[in-house]
Amino acid sequence: MKKSRLIARLDIKNSNLIKSINLEGLRIVGDPNLFAKKYYQNGVDELIFMDCVATLYGRNNLSSIIEDATKDIFIPITVGGGIRTLEDVKNLLNSGADKVAVNTAAVKNPSFISEIANSIGSQSLVLSIEAKKKDNNAWEVYTSNGRDPTGLKVYDWIKKATKLGIGEILLTSVDREGTQKGFDVELMSMATGITDVPIIASGGLGTIEHLKDVINFGRVDAVAIADAIHYNRIMINELKKTITTIATNE
Amino acid sequence: MNKKKITIINCGSGNILSIKRAFEKWNVEVSIADKKEEILSASRLVLPGVGAFSHAMQNLKSIGFFDAIYSSKFKEIPLLGICLGMQLLFEESEEFGKFKGLDLIKGKVIKLPELSSNKKKLKIPSIGWNQLILSKNALTGNNSNFFKKFDKDNAFYFVHSYFSNPINKDCILASYNFGGHLIPSIVANNNIIGCQFHPEKSGAPGLNLIKNFISL
Repeated sequence: MKKSRLIARLDIKNSNLIKSINLEGLRIVGDPNLFAKKYYQNGVDELIFMDCVATLYGRNNLSSIIEDATKDIFIPITVGGGIRTLEDVKNLLNSGADKVAVNTAAVKNPSFISEIANSIGSQSLVLSIEAKKKDNNAWEVYTSNGRDPTGLKVYDWIKKATKLGIGEILLTSVDREGTQKGFDVELMSMATGITDVPIIASGGLGTIEHLKDVINFGRVDAVAIADAIHYNRIMINELKKTITTIATNE
Repeated sequence: MNKKKITIINCGSGNILSIKRAFEKWNVEVSIADKKEEILSASRLVLPGVGAFSHAMQNLKSIGFFDAIYSSKFKEIPLLGICLGMQLLFEESEEFGKFKGLDLIKGKVIKLPELSSNKKKLKIPSIGWNQLILSKNALTGNNSNFFKKFDKDNAFYFVHSYFSNPINKDCILASYNFGGHLIPSIVANNNIIGCQFHPEKSGAPGLNLIKNFISL
């Protein structure tokens, strides 16, 4: 099996690295670039910077943080939050981002996805989906950092967005995010079953077993980790070792 | 001591800053060229590129890059093409139609195979870190210094849906295994080298290749 990628996710509010539970109740962790550099040196495969309040304020404020990050960090960087126009996309790429992640603006106007894909290529376009579980094994898409329900089913949205030309999906379980209760493996396995684009699982890592479950049963291509590494609960090399073992054993 | 100079060809690609930063790590002077004269007076050239093939070719046309490649001076300047910048070196690409490339290396740019060698569906684009398999001529040819301190356990970051397929297989210096298919990952033709992966996004092993290119 192809080795899953290990991605450090940094949620940012007003230039601080923060951590939330269920995407709410934000706590300040520290300077995002100190953490980002440490994660790069410790061998994560990629970084995701997410501006958590950007949609609320109407703009992504991460350009200067990214410009700073690229002086010392030489792995792929994805930036998301509050991206509304093609100009926003280009500004972030020019600041050193390799990919952009869109959510709210794409739900409001799905053709925004093809507009970005045609301009910069699918490989630089990540669809961020915030999913909340409803009854009978269905999940609903939320926007604005887990605040607003959309009535859209995650299943339908993945099918549609795949056709529109997304390159990857960052799939965050709002229910599990920050809880340390494990990934929503059912959600991930549903997603990997209906699309060929890579799925990045996000939300819920508490133990190494959770990582094994989401790769073995969720079949995800990448895993995004946040507070487990922000608070040194689990070491990056331990995560990496587990991923390598899974890839070699299969 | 004078700093070494690197010239990045401005083909309208969004990742120029990242490439510039990776070269600056090695204490070189980096400039961005969008004129024929700047390209021909360079001591080392980098051709970056993300996005669509045809779009990048149009941009190269508009900055006079085509005139530059016919100059005899051009044949003496080491050039590194990265990702799409590598694919542009070839005769033509099948991406969104048929488009002519720079024709500096013979061969075509074609879609990655959809099935693995044991007939399983493969995920495209191919995104992720892969180890390189060096060809026999990598360490013996005239670009062998490009592989200084190369470690076979190192992985490099790839993201692509199309790949370059040189007619002359001696041009292939390294490949990676994509579902049982060997995909050319480093190609070379005299002074020209192309990398399908992103050395500027491949951590320390990628920075090492960039350092090697600077000292070629």
